[in-house]
This record gives sequence, structure tokens and C-alpha cells, in this order.
Amino acid sequence: MSVRHAMLALLSEGPKYGLRLREEFEARTGDVWPLNVGQVYTTLQRLERDGLVATVPEGDRGNDGGDDGAHKAYHLTDDGSSELARWLRTPPDLSSPPRDELVMKVLVAMRVPGTDVREVIQAHRRYLVELMQQWTRIREDDASDLSMSLAVDAELFRLDSVVRWLDAAEARIARAGAPGSTDHPDQARAPLPRHRREARTPR
Amino acid sequence: MSLLELRGVSRSYGEGSASVNALQEVSLSVDEGAMVAVMGPSGSGKSTLLSIAGTLEEPTSGEVRVGGQPVSAMSRGAKARLRRRTIGYVFQDFNLLPGLTAAENVALPLELDGTSGRKARLAALRTLERFGLGERASHYPDTMSGGERQRVAIARAMVGERKLVLADEPSGALDSVNGEAVMRLLHDACKKAGMGAVVVTHDAQLASWADRVVFLRDGHVTDQTAPPKDPQSLLTPEAET
Repeated sequence: MSVRHAMLALLSEGPKYGLRLREEFEARTGDVWPLNVGQVYTTLQRLERDGLVATVPEGDRGNDGGDDGAHKAYHLTDDGSSELARWLRTPPDLSSPPRDELVMKVLVAMRVPGTDVREVIQAHRRYLVELMQQWTRIREDDASDLSMSLAVDAELFRLDSVVRWLDAAEARIARAGAPGSTDHPDQARAPLPRHRREARTPR
Repeated sequence: MSLLELRGVSRSYGEGSASVNALQEVSLSVDEGAMVAVMGPSGSGKSTLLSIAGTLEEPTSGEVRVGGQPVSAMSRGAKARLRRRTIGYVFQDFNLLPGLTAAENVALPLELDGTSGRKARLAALRTLERFGLGERASHYPDTMSGGERQRVAIARAMVGERKLVLADEPSGALDSVNGEAVMRLLHDACKKAGMGAVVVTHDAQLASWADRVVFLRDGHVTDQTAPPKDPQSLLTPEAET
């Protein structure tokens, strides 16, 4: 997730102080992604360096954000507005599959003698469903918080897709003839071609 | 007290070498206010479990208790009363009677149980209003959306003094928004009205509404989720990594 662009989005509503940006970021993402003050200021300094935000001249500052003199107020520049518009419409790079640890574990489990792949799959499935129970409870505890609900929905759909993959993997492994215990699919499939070979051999 | 208790329940179909074990030694208990989800692939025994829990089918061995009473000791009439008064059923394809209005569908189990037509209709209207369907009470199922029809079906499952709701893929035919609304109704029935619910589903998002998720495979309970953790632990900064 881009904190940088989230800051630009918050500043598109008008000039704001760093502390206020942090508070709003957390509130709008439903407190799902806490942010420390250091991250906020480092991000703002980089945005200023790149000409996407600028500090508000001292005389123009109102009471917004409880300025104690130590913090600056920022506003979006024209380049910042263009960058925000471009970013919102640019799909994130999902083209190359991530190196997924869970996928690796299931693939490896099929090769480890004495390992019940279904049991490995179930351990991960249970953990994912437990996480989903927690997220569902968080969403229902404050169903009126739209930002929170959207952020939690995204997490639930992501976890759900992993559970579905586990379900599909279990079914595919079963179809491939690995009843789950020490057999692995490649061995289980082997008899068929061998049988055909023998059938073709003249006696 | 457990609203529903299954002790070592097995169910097989056919005989000899052709026999199929649909459920094997399944034990499950559902307390007041608890929502239990049963997850498993097709053919894992989920629907058989629900039929047996709902007294629609008898186990080959093991014991089923509803409200503390062993079902095997009940007469046919007593079981029928249990199904009309205590247990509510929710099906994937709603199973509403097409020639009856929403209110008439909801009133039906009460009327079958001997409640006067007027009283049954009032109870049905109250339940429909609670589910935000007051204005749809005189509509027929075929003029309602899928989400509305399922809410009517849930109203029918909860009208009167029902204690236990058994739902088979209750939002299988619905989109995610309507599916969520259906799960919220079932969840509220448990948390606010103290009912117990068993929801059979293959959908992890629906199962995640439950207090406990039981995993079924090849007729066996293979696993279940741990007691709920404090959800707020997910929102601490440490949870970011």
C-alpha cells in the first residue's frame, strides 16, 4: 500500500498538518494499518523534495491541526494533483505471481515421505478461517464505519481466496490419486502407463 | 444446556459391500446463543448431518438430543411437533410456497401447529417487520428478489418460539451483500435472541460469522477452530508484519 499516495489523497481536500494527516490516514483505513509519526514526516519530506507537496507559508496558516510551531502544514501542488489522478487509475502490478510461502509448503508436503498432505492443508485452512472469524467480528463490532468495513472486506476476500485454493488443491491431489498419506501423486499415477506398456508387450 | 447434541452419530446407506458411510462417529453440541458452522467439500456428510440434527432422518447409530430430550425416544407426533415448534429450517433455494404471500409463508408453521390464523398472521408480520420486510408482507415470492426471499425464509424459520435454526448453504444462491445480510440475521438471532444455529456451508466467508467452525471430511469431524481470540489483537502495530 502506498502511504505516499494516501497522503496526496488526504491533502487533495486542503492543507493539513502532519499529525492530522496521520490521524486521518488511520481513521480512513479503519485503523487497520497503524502509522508512526516518523513515517508520516519522512513521506512528507520526500513528497516535498519531488515537488508534489509544498509547505503552507506561515502567514496563511489557520488553526487547523493545532500547530505548535514545531510542525508544518502542507498543501498539494499541481504536479501532486496530476500524480494523484494518475496513481488512482493505474492498476497495481499483479502480473507476476508472488512467491507464496503457503503454496511452497503444500508442494513440498507432497514430496516429504510420511506426510499427510490433507492434514497439512487442514492446518492452514483452520488458521485462515480463525483469522477470518476475527476480521468478521471486527467489522461487525462497528458496521457503521465504512472505511473499516471496506478494508476488512478486502482482507476477508484475500483470505477466502487462499482457503479456496486449499480446497481446490485438496480436490486436485485427491483426483490425482494421492489418498493423502505417504503416496504422492506422481507415484500414484504411475501404474496406468506401466499397465498400458505391459498390455502392448507381446507374450 | 445444549440445544442440540449429537453423540457418536453414524449414518450409512445401503448394505454389505455397497454400503456407504455418510457420517461416522460425529459428536457435536450447540449451546444457546451459539452459532456453529460446518464446513466441508461436497459429499463430506454436511447435509446428512443437518438432516439428522433436524430429526428429518434417523442415525444408524449414536444419539441425538434436542433441548436435552433424546429424539429416538420420541413418537412420530412428538418429532413433528419438535420440527414445527423448536427447529427452524433454512434452505439454499428458500423453499417458499409460491401460492402464498410472504406473511402467509411465515405464518404457515404456526398455523400447522394449531395457532389461530389471526394470531399466526400477527406473529408473521412482527417477524417480517423485524427483518425489514414489513412492506413486502403481502407480496408473493416470485415478485421478490433472492435476498428478500431468503429473509422471508429465515423469518419463517424463526417465527414463534423456535430455539434452533438449521441452515443448509443459506446464502449459496445470493450475492455477497445479500449473503452477508442473511448471515447477520442468523448471527443476531443467536446473539440477541439466544437461539442456537448450525450453518452448513463450503464458503469460508460465511463460516467466519460462526463462533465455532467444524470441519467435516468423508463423514468424519476432522478438526475445529479454536475458541475466538480477541479480534483487536489484529489491529495492534505488531500485527502489521
